[in-house]
Amino acid sequence: MTTFPPDPNTLMTEKTIPTIDLPDAEAQCAELAELIRPRLQADTVLVGIHSGGVWVARRLRELLGLGNEIGLIDVSFYRDDYGERGLHARVKPSSIPFDVEGRPLILVDDVLFTGRTTRAAINELFDYGRPASIQLAVLADRGRRQLPISADFCPWRVELDPSQELILSAEANGRLHWSVAASA
Amino acid sequence: MHNPQLNANGELTHLLSIEGLPREVINHILDTASSFLKVSHRDVKKVPLLRGKSVFNVFFENSTRTRTTFEIAAKRLSADVINLDVTRSSTAKGETLLDTVDNLVAMHADMFVVRHAASGAPHLIADHLRRLRRNDVHVVNAGDGRHAHPTQGLLDMYTIRHYKKDFANLVVAIVGDILHSRVARSDIHALTTLGAAEVRAVGPQTLLPTAIETMGVRVCHDMSEGLRDCDVVIMLRLQNERMNGALLPSAREYFRCYGLSPAMLALARPDAIVMHPGPMNRGVEIDSDVADGPQAVILPQVTFGIAVRMAVMGILAGN
Repeated sequence: MTTFPPDPNTLMTEKTIPTIDLPDAEAQCAELAELIRPRLQADTVLVGIHSGGVWVARRLRELLGLGNEIGLIDVSFYRDDYGERGLHARVKPSSIPFDVEGRPLILVDDVLFTGRTTRAAINELFDYGRPASIQLAVLADRGRRQLPISADFCPWRVELDPSQELILSAEANGRLHWSVAASA
Repeated sequence: MHNPQLNANGELTHLLSIEGLPREVINHILDTASSFLKVSHRDVKKVPLLRGKSVFNVFFENSTRTRTTFEIAAKRLSADVINLDVTRSSTAKGETLLDTVDNLVAMHADMFVVRHAASGAPHLIADHLRRLRRNDVHVVNAGDGRHAHPTQGLLDMYTIRHYKKDFANLVVAIVGDILHSRVARSDIHALTTLGAAEVRAVGPQTLLPTAIETMGVRVCHDMSEGLRDCDVVIMLRLQNERMNGALLPSAREYFRCYGLSPAMLALARPDAIVMHPGPMNRGVEIDSDVADGPQAVILPQVTFGIAVRMAVMGILAGN
């Protein structure tokens, strides 16, 4: 039953922010692995960006049967919004357990949005050495880029309102799933 | 209550003392430090966090070691570092502390690392900056009088956490000249905040502050009682100038009663660690066999100190 005047909160959620059906993140990981597989080189290593990208990178490593350890990167010390946001979130140590010099790297993240995280990650990787190449693999591409960056491998392009946040979470059993929330 | 170290949003904006710091803030600094520790192991030992920022080391009291560790930490954050030997310049010409600060603010300082012989000097600077409404300028206390040496306290906590993981069941003995030690005060505040099971203040009556029990420590005048079954031994430097006064009979006598010899250390738990803020006086407060022995973590403390100072500066400059 509709009431008049309409509840403004209902209006917000129902009219201005459309809800979307969220795909199965695990199936997307498998899809992403198949996109990457033909382009793998013998010494390719994956580097996951904390925290969602690390989960995806671990999954890809299993699916692709890679022997090499994955790298983990936390871009907090390289972010361009440090001046506004400071160092608040819990920073995880970056760990690159291999020589970056001359290696083909695939940078893995859950969501590609403005491109600023990717830029920060590329800057950090170059402080470990000069890789032969860096490619970018993401589960979701939200568009609205603020930098000239694009994904090399991506199974899902999705349009969301800028006020919405697309979040990848890991359940207790390790299964990955998507959710959407209002940005903080 | 107003906490001069926190800004209007409750974020750490100056580091003046560990006293009054919430446990979450201490843990946030220690967690951030562990990420910075990895940076020091890389080929490029720098991150761009403080690029374009100017850090002024303002030391009204000499300390090459501490100043150098702050300088390294700031440089690894990509800040520009300016070292001022104030004792030999402006102050010698009669300039007041706050006039010196005003001049440096006019040079667009972003952060002051301050060491001063007078307790409360960094606090005074922080208050002055607040009156000037310069919330964008930060102060780190690098040791003020007998009051506090918070980054040393934090690096000690980092060291203990690194080797012992958890504070809940720890017995920590702080041994020596606690009366004159700002390190001891910072350690005691940090240990009680982090929930150490027992903190012991070990030393002769003449070198323990009166009413130190009110800080939540157990006082031991007997070294063997103080060390028995403890997990961490923090030795303090015995300043040579104390020897000449009425506080102590002689260095040899002091070592016999309160020096850390292998026999004394054997009273502590077998996996106890031995810490020292440096510089050490071998044969006065610590035996060389202990200082160079397997239980000493004195050099790792130095390495952790850089990462902890990077964390402090990184967090302050972002708030």
